[in-house]
Amino acid sequence: MIKYTENHEWVRVDGNKATMGVSDYAQDSMGDVVFVELPEVDDSFTQGDGMATIESVKAVSDVYAGVSGDIVEINEALLDEPELINSDPMGDGWLVVIDMKDPSDLDSLMTEEEYEAFIKE
Amino acid sequence: MSDIKKTPLNEVHRKLGAKMVDFGGWDMPVQYSGIKEEHNAVRNQAGLFDVSHMGEIRIQGKDALAFIQRLISSDVSDAVIGQVRYGVFCYPHGGIVDDLLVYRIDEEEYLLIVNAGNIDKDYAWILENQKGEDVQISNESDDFGQIAIQGPLSESILQKLTDEKLSEIPYYFFVQGRVSGIPCLISRTGYTGEDGFEVYCDAKDTEFLWNEMMQAGNGEVVPCGLGARDTLRFEAKMPLYGHEMTKDINPLETGLARFVSLDKGDFIGREAIAAMKEAGRPRKVVGFEMVGRGVPRAEYPIEKDGEVVGYVTTGTYSPTFEKSLGLALVDTKKVDVDDRIDVVIRDKRVEAVVVKTPFYRRSK
Repeated sequence: MIKYTENHEWVRVDGNKATMGVSDYAQDSMGDVVFVELPEVDDSFTQGDGMATIESVKAVSDVYAGVSGDIVEINEALLDEPELINSDPMGDGWLVVIDMKDPSDLDSLMTEEEYEAFIKE
Repeated sequence: MSDIKKTPLNEVHRKLGAKMVDFGGWDMPVQYSGIKEEHNAVRNQAGLFDVSHMGEIRIQGKDALAFIQRLISSDVSDAVIGQVRYGVFCYPHGGIVDDLLVYRIDEEEYLLIVNAGNIDKDYAWILENQKGEDVQISNESDDFGQIAIQGPLSESILQKLTDEKLSEIPYYFFVQGRVSGIPCLISRTGYTGEDGFEVYCDAKDTEFLWNEMMQAGNGEVVPCGLGARDTLRFEAKMPLYGHEMTKDINPLETGLARFVSLDKGDFIGREAIAAMKEAGRPRKVVGFEMVGRGVPRAEYPIEKDGEVVGYVTTGTYSPTFEKSLGLALVDTKKVDVDDRIDVVIRDKRVEAVVVKTPFYRRSK
């Protein structure tokens, strides 16, 4: 299952684990990504907390936790290849894996269909 | 408030798929293909910029020169017809009103090119400082279109469209001629640190000229947005109003001493600038390179040994050098080249080192 936030993050759920990244729409509006600042493993966040920062040539964008929980994995490949966010935002450009505290957080997020409609607005 | 302003090329940008942003009240393209790609195209080939948002103010009359001399920091008295001069307007306290180009069109006629966001302010400033001089002042900003073609291939591309011998136009000179049959002012100037031209035309001809230049480029010219314009000018340490220049920054602090002539006669701000020259400038703009990871951005504090010594005026990832660089306005006495400093990025100190500027200088 994949869900989206209004801030253009995606959350892909597998059991209790939620992998997060930013949407294609988000990477396209940021432009060339040059630097990513990720949280550390074991950091915990509440849904909506600022969790990571993505710098493009032009601007800085904050990434917010899509669900509450603890970070169990970060995508270290992004430290050397931040451009993965541009080339494969939904795949190799993932940011973190969160051990979800409360799966009902997902209820407040958008489905793929709802998100598609949201970005067309 | 008022509607967002559009240049004559607005539709062209949209058709090219540009990302548009509100830039000081103007609906402008920030990028087309991507800032890095556009930036590198200008360094290696050629790029085309819509700069029609810039302001044009004409000053003519028998006192035109004397009047401009009293407003501007630099000496334009020895500019010949066909020559361009750079300078700044200052307030009496020495802070900067705007930076501008002055084109000597004729014996008693000058065209001033000012920043888009400052057109109304500059026009009002000029009018309010007219003290009995015999001049006519007209704000013709809406009548002009302007396209900049910048990069090493600019001359060969533009030459295909004009009979004017472009190789005979030196840097900071211009001619009035035709490009693709359209009457234009062709100026060897720019804001990228590369060779190139700025072509001024009647607003209604801008779209035709843009298409002609794109076609003449035959795949070697890339449309460029304000994003690349900023990274290009930044690497060449060309100051930008609102960043390296504000009403609170003296031209000596931002490194514009060679565009200040204290011995040409009086001008607004002269006394304050002379006093600063005498006493020493309290602050200066320096360049720095990040040692730690992160991208510096405007207004981030600069610290040295735990003490705030200034702030970032412009910072970005540099496409030419593939690293994060910045310009900062710092305490003159406390910061020198090779010093280690910290940039405070989102409450964290990230190490940087002060380096010589400009970061980029083209090989002639």
